[in-house]
Amino acid sequence: MSSVTAQGGFTSESFAAFLRGRDEPDWALDQRRRAWEHAESLPLPSTADEEWRRTDLRRFHLNRFELPGESDPSPAEPDALLTHGVQLAGRTWAHNSHPLEASLSQKWRDRGVLLTSLDAAIKEHADLVRPHLWRAFDREYDKFAALHAACWSGGTVLYVPAGVEMDEPIHMLSSLGEGGVDLHHTLVILEESAEATVLGETSGDAGAGLHLGGIELLVGPQARLRYVNLQNWGQQVWHFAHQKALVDRDARLQWTIGALGSKLAKVNQHVALTGEHAQAQVNGVMFTEGRQHINYHTHQHHQVPNTTSDLLYKGALQDDSRVVWRGMIKVDPAAQKTSGYQRDDNLILSDRARADSIPGLEIEADDVICTHGATAGRVDDELIFYCRTRGLTRNEAVRTVVAGFFQKVFDRITIESVREALGEAIGRRIREFH
Amino acid sequence: MSETLSINDLHVSVEGKEILRGVNLELRRGETHALMGPNGSGKSTLGFAIMGHPNYEVTSGRITLDGEDLLAMEPHERARAGLFMAFQRPMSIPGVKMADFLRHAVSNVRNPERKEGEDLLPMREFRKELRSKMEQLRMDPEFARRYVNDGFSGGEMKRAEILQLAMLRPKFAVLDETDSGLDVDAVRLASQSIAEIGGREMGILIITHHDKLLEHNPPDVTHVMLGGRIVESGGAELAAELHKSGYDRIRAAHPEAAAAEERLAQEEREAAEQFVS
Ligand SMILES: Nc1ncnc2c1ncn2[C@@H]1O[C@H](COP(=O)(O)OP(=O)(O)O)[C@@H](O)[C@H]1O
Ligand SMILES: [Mg+2]
Repeated sequence: MSSVTAQGGFTSESFAAFLRGRDEPDWALDQRRRAWEHAESLPLPSTADEEWRRTDLRRFHLNRFELPGESDPSPAEPDALLTHGVQLAGRTWAHNSHPLEASLSQKWRDRGVLLTSLDAAIKEHADLVRPHLWRAFDREYDKFAALHAACWSGGTVLYVPAGVEMDEPIHMLSSLGEGGVDLHHTLVILEESAEATVLGETSGDAGAGLHLGGIELLVGPQARLRYVNLQNWGQQVWHFAHQKALVDRDARLQWTIGALGSKLAKVNQHVALTGEHAQAQVNGVMFTEGRQHINYHTHQHHQVPNTTSDLLYKGALQDDSRVVWRGMIKVDPAAQKTSGYQRDDNLILSDRARADSIPGLEIEADDVICTHGATAGRVDDELIFYCRTRGLTRNEAVRTVVAGFFQKVFDRITIESVREALGEAIGRRIREFH
Repeated sequence: MSETLSINDLHVSVEGKEILRGVNLELRRGETHALMGPNGSGKSTLGFAIMGHPNYEVTSGRITLDGEDLLAMEPHERARAGLFMAFQRPMSIPGVKMADFLRHAVSNVRNPERKEGEDLLPMREFRKELRSKMEQLRMDPEFARRYVNDGFSGGEMKRAEILQLAMLRPKFAVLDETDSGLDVDAVRLASQSIAEIGGREMGILIITHHDKLLEHNPPDVTHVMLGGRIVESGGAELAAELHKSGYDRIRAAHPEAAAAEERLAQEEREAAEQFVS
């Protein structure tokens, strides 16, 4: 891989140097340049923007980070959480935006499945990738979206041809080293009646870092996708992501997110039901501590009749952390017989933590069933006492109550390794409760 | 020396308000005592104080288990030392299966030195024991898979408390109105079950308004609480009398305690009014 060191933040000069090092086809470079111009024309979001009202970026300085340059010669491979006891079909790993590995077992290659870095795919499989890339990503949504479209690097493509049902999962790992930037773009394409399970996770050390990410999930007619992304960066990472799925006719998506890491995260998670009888289930598990700030905007967009979406987020907050969730179910005029559900529950473990849940409905069809709910509550002291009278220490009691709180969303997650990894990660983080 | 739970001149306040005003009680392992008294007299407060509820402040007096100071122990240490209370109003723990909760509890109580994260009782052994206890109590095995008290009827909660008693096998148990919310047949079954599992093994303090729960657990001693004090103690016949005739005779015989009861009730009413307005 050719690479040129790009220095000095996200400037025109460093961007030009970055492009010189990419060695990409013109169409891709043109896309990048247009996105860059757009990014330059936009300010960073501020609390004057409705979406950012509760999320203050004043301490974020984009130019303290730099575009991906030379690869870290031999980063240590982090411990993956989601793969314990799992027989994988394939795996990818990128570190500081550099694709380091992509492997897929012969069995699946023989059946036409493609798993490779997006960086390689735009050169070697342009005919396959180009028509899909950006279908589920709005490059003009905000400055972070535009920057991502201009500077993405270390991406991953999974392509599953029509009718191929993968019964072993794919693992996609992104890691960050001290001061690193992750510009990962994930593109998952399932053709008609294809089936796949993707376990995505991020991992980082205690150092500062930046993630400007994008995820596109294209679930074709009658296809089935189970997609997990576990955000497990270190606690000094800024995380900005635009993630979207298009779910076609009779297709099913189960999308599970785990939000554990980062200093500040702002994620737009978007599910569009584009074909009749499409179904999407969205599961969210969050655990925050210290001064973490996690902001999720979820959007369930019903575009055609007879579609179903069902979102359940659950978060537990410790210390001074804060979680903001703003959910929207949007039903287009044509989308009769929509069934839409969204719910966000938070369990507050300290007096200083705070959760804001703002559900929303925008319904333009008249024959629909849409419901939403949100709760936030503290751990009940009487319940803790009850557990203690059964021999549990205060800490064990809190852990028990927190585990119970998450059970409902765990019950929906059909992948055992994911349930276990999330459960353990949360269990480890719960500290002495005050 | 037979094992003894000993309560001496116990004074307990809640939110600065004195509820128990000098309670004395001695319960030996193998004995059953009944504790009766009108609502608000302080029976549950005694149970909470024994278990170490942080909001129930012991302002003076002692509680000891075989001479060991219980008041110095955390609630979980008391449980591991062999104390148990069946709650008048059990708490539900959504998302936590009864079997998992009990396995954790039993592991801790049987191995008081167990540290968090150390091995639990082996699953198979535990399951077998749980199954046989549930059979003995004539409980549907499905119970073990339900979340602790979550969506349970009042009666189911009380039966679940008895199951916990059966599994934890404490030395001393306070059963706080374990008969309320149960129909006649269920009370009889509960009474039988308590006798079978507690039998002569435990020291049991049964808080009740009725005599049905006592049917298979004839009390060695019956105590009457009024206005935060035990004002009379007697045998099984005292329980029968109170069940039949109520507390008028007791109030007349103990005007000072009756006045204290009236005072507490008055404060309660005022607090309720304030809350409403
Ligand atoms: N947690 C509490 N907070 C405030 N007051 C309490 C609390 N627990 C008990 N009390 C008061 O203490 C008195 C005795 O209550 P309790 O012990 O529940 O009586 P009993 O069980 O005999 O009906 C009542 O006046 C009650 O209002
Ligand atoms: Mg009571």
